[in-house]
Amino acid sequence: MNATVLRRRILDWVAFAFASLATAFGLFWLAWILWTTLSQGIAALSPALLTQMTPPPGSDGGLANAFYGSAVMVLLGTVIGAPIGIAAGTYLAEHGRHTRLAATVRFINDILLSAPSIVIGLFVYELVVRTSGHFSGYAGALALAMILIPIVTRTSDEALRLVPNQMREAAFALGLPGWKVTARIIYKAAASGIMTGVLLALARISGETAPLLFTALNNQFWSANPAGPMANVPVVIFQYAMSPYDNWRALAWAGALVLTAFVLTLNLLVRLAARKGSGK
Amino acid sequence: MSDLAAPTVARHAPEPAARGQVGDTIFRIATAGGAWLVLALLAGVALAMAWGGRQAFATFGFGFLTSTDWNAVDGKFGALVPIYGTLATSAIALLIAVPVSIGIALFLTDIAPRWTRGPIGMAIELLAAIPSIIYGMWGLFVFAPFMALHVEPWLIAHLGHAPLIGPLFSGPPIGIGMLSAGIVLGIMIVPFIAAVARDVFNAVPPALREAAVALGATRWEILSRVTLPYTRSAVVGAIFLGLGRALGETMAVTFVLGNAHDLSASLLLPSNSIAAAIANEFTEADTDLYRSSLIALAFLLFLVTFIVLTLAKLMLRRMDRGLGRTN
Repeated sequence: MNATVLRRRILDWVAFAFASLATAFGLFWLAWILWTTLSQGIAALSPALLTQMTPPPGSDGGLANAFYGSAVMVLLGTVIGAPIGIAAGTYLAEHGRHTRLAATVRFINDILLSAPSIVIGLFVYELVVRTSGHFSGYAGALALAMILIPIVTRTSDEALRLVPNQMREAAFALGLPGWKVTARIIYKAAASGIMTGVLLALARISGETAPLLFTALNNQFWSANPAGPMANVPVVIFQYAMSPYDNWRALAWAGALVLTAFVLTLNLLVRLAARKGSGK
Repeated sequence: MSDLAAPTVARHAPEPAARGQVGDTIFRIATAGGAWLVLALLAGVALAMAWGGRQAFATFGFGFLTSTDWNAVDGKFGALVPIYGTLATSAIALLIAVPVSIGIALFLTDIAPRWTRGPIGMAIELLAAIPSIIYGMWGLFVFAPFMALHVEPWLIAHLGHAPLIGPLFSGPPIGIGMLSAGIVLGIMIVPFIAAVARDVFNAVPPALREAAVALGATRWEILSRVTLPYTRSAVVGAIFLGLGRALGETMAVTFVLGNAHDLSASLLLPSNSIAAAIANEFTEADTDLYRSSLIALAFLLFLVTFIVLTLAKLMLRRMDRGLGRTN
């Protein structure tokens, strides 16, 4: 009897220790990765980062063209992808809520959410780069949009389904046509949820590297025109980190710090705002 | 309830109603168009990869899957090394991520003080938000040297001559290789598995847990006899979801795996994965056959992740029904 009690106590304690250690293990890596990025990145930060172009090996420079190119492609990708994602989410949650098509799309969309992003990059390469004959910022933006669409579809579907049905019933009872109910009333009620999804998706595509490798490529010079190859932060980090040159590696760390800070800050702000909103 | 979204034909003046119907039709077409586009995206990717890889499949046939040759000069391409590297690194990743994720989920649902659950959960979710290229850089410059200096010499000394598993841990401690890549992958997929596992643990009906507590069950007994049996299929689904992520992860693996095209048993030697091979070589591929072989690799990767993620969804769907969500 006593032995049984002891055994159960020990097992219980082991479970407790195991769960706590697992959590500490997860947080440990987060801290280590952030610490590395922070310490290496701060050492490489300088005002030239924002004013100068990516340099040839051995000379000083910055990442101005890469920041600009990334901003253009991420915004363009969001502008292309967000409306499509919101439309698809609206179909899933409103018009087609109980249709077979909606069930299929929801299933496929969840698979696309986790699909390898490098394959999307190859797809856009085949679709755009090969047919147009050259790499371009537009192709990069399109690849980013394709990563963004499933995320926005999923989050707007969920946000719209959280809107209480009474609101729809009340709007219909006033004689509004279906599209006005959705556009004027349901969208307003779900606006913060939909925005949360779009911003989180924007944060996600800001750090995407694989889809840009064969679409936007890279550009060592100032490239304001998305019709040609475009510099962007993730691919610059990739190339510079893999290089043997010290000044390139330092720039890669600086870029990594700015990218991580941007993505994590956006994530934190959006999640905190969403939590505050839902807590009320 | 189900006909709520259907257009209502109002009884008042016919003109506005007709206008509303036109608006309805346009709106419906636009949203259904978005939904169809999602389907078209998946179909388009699959078809484009199959089409782009047709030359490689036609040239090498089934041998593409079993050959270890990868020689751009002779124009011979076989996918076995990248396939093996992808599977081996993903397996290592799962070995690490599964227990850790379940531990974290348990911690967040049962053990942590209530006020810490939100912040800790969010910190774990931030692991998923870090761009994968950052994992790659950290892996190459910090983690791989750490492995080479502190972990791998120990493994070689203690496990390198062990029966059966010895060959896995022999070779020089260079830090870059399948073991390091697998560990980095494991850290990357922890947040995905943990988040889903936490949600399904939270979905266990409180009555079940309360009943177990009333019987005097310890925390371990609740986990092993109530929570895990109740959520088994969903937890497996969460693991498959993580596996799907691990298989297709590109940048982190590209940095840490070393891009070698030799098949070796040792986990400490550089290898290759499908995604890393594509990322490293696609822009350098100078012949059509080379390019086609890489796209054929992408097709295989897409096919495998599709199957894994489909299984994940099917297993999670049963839980969704249990949660009362209408699919």
